[in-house]
Amino acid sequence: MVNAEPILKTENLQCFYGSQRVIHDLNIEVLPNEILGVIGPANSGKTTFLRALNRLNALNPSYRQSGTITFEGQDLRKIPDNLLRKKIGSIFALPQVLPISIYQNIAYGPKVHGVASKSKVDQIVEESLQKAYLWDEVKDRLDLQANRLSGGQQQRLCIARTLAVEPEVILYDEPCSGLDPISTAKVEDAMQKLKEHYTQILVTNNTKQAARVSDRTAFFLMGELVEMTDTNTLFTSPRDSRTNDYITGRFG
Amino acid sequence: MMTAKTTQKIAFVLLGLGTLLLVVVPILLTILYILVNGGSAMTWEFLSQPPRNGMKEGGILPAIVGTVVLILGTMLFALPLGILSAVYLVEYAKDNFFTRLIKLSVVNLSGIPSIVYGLFGLTLFVGFCRFGTSILSGALTLAIMSLPVVITATKEALESVPQAFREVSFSLGATRWQTVRYCVLPYAIPGILTGTVLSLSRAAGETAPILFTVAAFYLPRLPHSVYDQVMALPYHLYVISTQVPNMPLKLSFATGFVLIAIVFLMNIASVFLRAHYRKKKTW
Ligand SMILES: Nc1ncnc2c1ncn2[C@@H]1O[C@H](COP(=O)(O)OP(=O)(O)OP(=O)(O)O)[C@@H](O)[C@H]1O
Ligand SMILES: [Mg+2]
Repeated sequence: MVNAEPILKTENLQCFYGSQRVIHDLNIEVLPNEILGVIGPANSGKTTFLRALNRLNALNPSYRQSGTITFEGQDLRKIPDNLLRKKIGSIFALPQVLPISIYQNIAYGPKVHGVASKSKVDQIVEESLQKAYLWDEVKDRLDLQANRLSGGQQQRLCIARTLAVEPEVILYDEPCSGLDPISTAKVEDAMQKLKEHYTQILVTNNTKQAARVSDRTAFFLMGELVEMTDTNTLFTSPRDSRTNDYITGRFG
Repeated sequence: MMTAKTTQKIAFVLLGLGTLLLVVVPILLTILYILVNGGSAMTWEFLSQPPRNGMKEGGILPAIVGTVVLILGTMLFALPLGILSAVYLVEYAKDNFFTRLIKLSVVNLSGIPSIVYGLFGLTLFVGFCRFGTSILSGALTLAIMSLPVVITATKEALESVPQAFREVSFSLGATRWQTVRYCVLPYAIPGILTGTVLSLSRAAGETAPILFTVAAFYLPRLPHSVYDQVMALPYHLYVISTQVPNMPLKLSFATGFVLIAIVFLMNIASVFLRAHYRKKKTW
């Protein structure tokens, strides 16, 4: 993994909402198949960073950015929105299921990308649910309204829905903030098993979760990347005293 | 001592009764009054025959057909244009001077008196476009008048669809149009229907916009093409109530009742359509 080419790379990335600069000169490299944890206090720009990677920020009219982001060596600006977002999927903080059936939630992505045959969609739905470790819990009730599922199930449904469009990178923005410990464990479990095929970036407010799940961890503070190194080092012997203050809970 | 809960209950009952008195009772009384005065004229002949003998006898079939045709025509022009405009404004347009101007115009258009729309239709459709006094001119005029309400209602319906739905759709790689088509419009349909039916009901009952553009004083034969004139219920009602001497009053009331019934049927239809869509999509 050490000498692998980065799959995602930002160079001098700066992000603005109106005139407010919320990310200052960010240089970060994300390696293939790693889980990169991103921790930091509220308003440190973690969400903004994630949403810059698949250009969801662009939906906000006041958003501006400078610098370059490259995905697999290609300038992000050269990739059309819909292709980029197919390759870089997102999981939001609150499980955002659409008010349609479990089946339709997962079929949505493949359908907008032109998969027409019913049997192919059926197959994608089953495979995605299996990869997200939800299949056994829902296989008999795929026609159920997705918002009837428990929070943890909904979040795994969101993961399955993202997997259904065959992304290469999955971005998680505090995916467990609304979940109980058991559901959290299941989501973390799913993430571990997805490592084999996907690059994952996990933004979390819960430092313990980053310590449990991620291979490397980045610490953001007020729009700056303070420190990024392998998770063990960051949590046992951080270089920066601000990192130390944050992970030991002595912040603010 | 009354508990807070009982007080609240009593307050709700009183409020409910007040609403009933202020809103429901007057409507029922109006309809009752119309029925008492016009009920005896409501015969099958009245609904199925053209007027005869200086409109004092026979029925109002041509006016019923005219009004229905005008409603359909208005719908045909106002719905696609209004809904697409709202989709453009809410889902596509950037917030700039140009779109703010459009939004402002839409708001102001809904405040223009309907007679002004009538004059506008006369100048543009009857005169300039050479459609003559015709169903085409009348329906276009009514459509222009209905547009602001259709656009405003559709805008509100689109804006009330949670932003999260759009984000989910985009994050899965859907294009903007796919997002609008599959993740926004289906959830906005009930709201769009409500606004649309409201504006069509208003269009159905308007006299001023059709006065110069389509309405015929007396034309017993049914229309053959969109270039024909037609009789229409509101104008017919105006004519028989004010322009024909010695007109039996019950005919006016019966005509009014038919107009109310048409509007009422449209509302019922929209209730069923809404229920149908709600059943399919809930959140
Ligand atoms: N839509 C927006 N419009 C304007 N400013 C925004 C918007 N979203 C975020 N910001 C600002 O950008 C800064 C960074 O916010 P961001 O959401 O990226 O932080 P975060 O690290 O994800 O915080 P949290 O842990 O609370 O989720 C904050 O100062 C915030 O106020
Ligand atoms: Mg955030």
